[in-house]
Order: sequence, then C-alpha cells, then structure tokens
Amino acid sequence: MIANLGTALEVVSATDPGMVRSHNEDSMGTDAEIGLAVLADGMGGYNAGEVASGIAVAMLTTEMKQALESNEPHAIDPSGETIAEKLVRENSAKANAAIYQTAKSQPQYSGMGTTLVVALFFDNRMTVGHIGDSRLYRLRNDVFEQVTRDHSLLQEQIESGMLTKEQARFSQNKNLVTRAVGIDPEVETEIHTYTVERGDIYLLCSDGLSDMVEDEDIHSTLSTLQSNLPLAAKQLVQLANDCGGRDNISVILVRILEDFAVPTGWFAKFKAWFR
Amino acid sequence: MAKLIMSLDNAVIREVPLDKERFTVGRKAHNDIQIDNLAVSGEHALIVTILNDSFLEDLGSTNGTLVNGNPVKKHILQSNDVIEIGKYKLKFMSEAPTGAASVADFEKTMVLRAPMGKMNPPAPGGGGFGDTQVGATVTQATTQSRPQAPISTIAKQPEKLAAVQILTGPSAGKELELTKNLTTLGKPGVQVAVITRRPHGYFITHVEGTNFPVINGKTLDAQAHQLNDHDIVELAGVKMEFFFKNG
Repeated sequence: MIANLGTALEVVSATDPGMVRSHNEDSMGTDAEIGLAVLADGMGGYNAGEVASGIAVAMLTTEMKQALESNEPHAIDPSGETIAEKLVRENSAKANAAIYQTAKSQPQYSGMGTTLVVALFFDNRMTVGHIGDSRLYRLRNDVFEQVTRDHSLLQEQIESGMLTKEQARFSQNKNLVTRAVGIDPEVETEIHTYTVERGDIYLLCSDGLSDMVEDEDIHSTLSTLQSNLPLAAKQLVQLANDCGGRDNISVILVRILEDFAVPTGWFAKFKAWFR
Repeated sequence: MAKLIMSLDNAVIREVPLDKERFTVGRKAHNDIQIDNLAVSGEHALIVTILNDSFLEDLGSTNGTLVNGNPVKKHILQSNDVIEIGKYKLKFMSEAPTGAASVADFEKTMVLRAPMGKMNPPAPGGGGFGDTQVGATVTQATTQSRPQAPISTIAKQPEKLAAVQILTGPSAGKELELTKNLTTLGKPGVQVAVITRRPHGYFITHVEGTNFPVINGKTLDAQAHQLNDHDIVELAGVKMEFFFKNG
C-alpha cells in the first residue's frame, strides 16, 4: 500500500508529431496517483518506432502500478537500494527485453528501439531513470536545470572537452544516441534519486523540444506560465513547432503541490499496526 | 515514400506505395502485388525497402524480370526505373530527397554503439572516449554526413512589432511594446493573460483567474485568439488597445 499522490502532484502532458514528420513515434504515460511519469521517443523504420516506445511506456506504467500495490517505494531492498530504484531498474530491463524480442521475432520491427525517461515520485523524493537523449529538467526557485545527462555522442564530446555547449548546438551529430532500449539484449539504465521541494516543476521531454528550443526559452515559458501548467505544456509544443518542429515533440510537466513525506515515528507505526 | 506505378500497354492500372519493408510480386494471391497473368511466376520478384533504398530481386522466375529493358537478378532501384514483369510495367518513383524531407530523414535518431556489447559510456574525463568512437558502429544504414543547417532556435518573429496601450485605470496612457515571445498581462492571482508573439502574428490566451479576457466586447474561451490591429482587450478591469507599430 502506498499513499495516493494524486493531491500532491499536478501532472499534465502534451504531444505533437511536429511540422515535418507524418506520424508520432513518441509515447507517454502518467499516473499521478502512484507518482509516475514515463516518456519514450521511438526510432526505427516505418511504424516500428512507435511500437518500441509504446511497449516501453505500457510496460513501465502497468508493471510499476502493479508492483507498487504491494511494495513501498521508500523501503530499502536487501541490496541496499530503494525499492523505487529497483523497480525502475527492473522494469526498464523488462521493457528492453520485450522490445528486443519483438524486434528479433518480427522482421518489420528489426532494429527498432527507443529512448526512455521515467520519474517515480515518493516520500518527497524522485527516482529518475533514463536511457538515451530524452531529458528531465527541473525548475526550482526560478532556476532551470537539466537533471539528466544525455547518452549521446554529442554529450560525450562535450564531456571530453572536444566541444563546448555552444559549438554543440551546430553539430551534425545531434541524432546519435549511445544507449537505447531494445537494441541490445541488455541495457543499463542510469538511475539517480533526488529530493523534491514544494513548488518544483519537472519537465520530461523528447529531443523534439530540447533540440528545437533553447533552454532559456523553455525556462522563460515555464516560469511565465507556471500558474497554468496545461497551457505551459501546449505553449512549449507550439514553440518547438514555431522553431521548425523537425521532430515529434512530447512534454510532461509535474508540479509538486504539497509535501508527500512518508510519515515516520511512533504514531505512524502505531497506525500501521492497526491496519 | 517511394511508390510503384503499375501499367499495362501504357494504361496506368494502380499505384502501390512502398510503405513496408517487403513487397512480393507474383501470380499467386498471397503476393502483395498480384499480377494474374500466366507469363508471371507464382512468386516472381521481391522488393525490399530499407530507409531510402529499394532493392529488386528476381525470385528465379520462369520468364525473368527486366529493368529498363535489361534482365536483372538483383538491382538497386533508381527513381524512374521501369520494371517489366510479363507484359506489365512497374515504374519506380522514389520521393525526391530534397529539402526538408531529406534533412528530416537524416535527423532521425540513430543508435551508436560499441561493437562488443560494451554498454557503459566512458566515465567523464576517463579517456575512454576514443574507444567508443573508433570502434563504434551505427546500427542503421545511412550515416552520410550531410552538413546540417544549424537550427535557428529563435522562432521567426512576425515582421511587424506590436504594442498595447493602457486606456483606463491608474496607468492609462502607458504603452507596452510586445518584443518578447511571451508577455503576461493582468494581476497574478486575480486574472492573467499572455500574449504570445508567433511567426504569423500575436495571440492572446487566458492563463489564470475565473474571468476570461474580453476582446472587443466578446469574452474569450480557453483557446488562443489572434489579435488584430486596434483590438480592445479588457483584463482585470483594465481596458487596453492592441496595435501594430509602424516602421
């Protein structure tokens, strides 16, 4: 049994195929009650991309929901990590296996894959797992920061000092990811846990937004329109389209409305004893 | 997307978009393109499309497959190639890879991975970068490095700059130029609207508050509304006029 986070989180999303692509290969899933947001940007010929991202999102949302019915995400697993981290890791691996198997067994899907970014909120914390170049950003006290680091050739070049962030904007290699779900039999999900604060706004997005719109403009849009999250999400999509909309654009916004710390101390234990 | 135009004696019969990876051509009913003619073998030919390239293969047919008059076993199709199977002609038309479409194809996300199933990217500053790049293979076929135009991350602005002038209330007479992508108007917590500057003009949208903005005496709904020169906007009890600036 876990607390219902439906009142602590405001979750909205928006997606659009963009101005160039004929179909949308991005998939998203959100469940405010269990504090889950998942976004995947599929790749592969014809409609295989949407199959891959669809499998990843369906897998993560249904499996996590089921697992959270009988597990407390803040509990510590014998291996030393929280259940939240374990669930993100295990279910990303499951999604990877499912996509890999589908791609192998059906020739029309061969080579398909997807990026993935997943955020699970619990106990005033957030566990973020990601693979590829879909991102999670945080807006806190009007400071806008990228939380995830892309698994892309470009990011590696920036980190090794070959390119500056400014030069990277003009790189030809924007579209090369170094990790993806469903390409290999196994994939390692990068997982981190952060504390969250009331008033934080989290943005999960596909590269259709972050490649087309500069961080500054995303920031100003979010902070200007933060009183109306659905409008902010729509506005971000529109902004990407106004800048060219060369790829599918998907946006999930999560606002922390109130504290959702797991009660501790004698009273909580006392109450639990009666359940 | 590439397509085949099927004709008999110069009369077009049908168009077949090559919208999946494999297309079989033959006399039998299970073929994707069925040609019910005894000169055509049961399983006559196969067209495989991978990204922008289509490959034609003759499946050992009795009467053979011609491309532009020459018999072929395997052939990479070029735009305007004419495939002849029996008396039927299939003209192959590939979508000209020009302009935005080709750039878009090129921009498709691809996976770059190390050959030995190595999955960790090198630790930052760990010097492993060389390994990854040198041994890297790209899993999809095309990696031609077409110079990619840098994206203009600033949305094209409308040519004419606009402004609003406050008509009533304590700050009547004040003028506010709408130079930013987003300009919010109103009182936070009471009523707020935003004017967005977009390539094809200025739009006003309700942001917060129980009352919606009123444009020329008409109350807006939740949708964005394009502003025209000299529209009168009423917001949080204040009237203002929207207008395009000259020059």
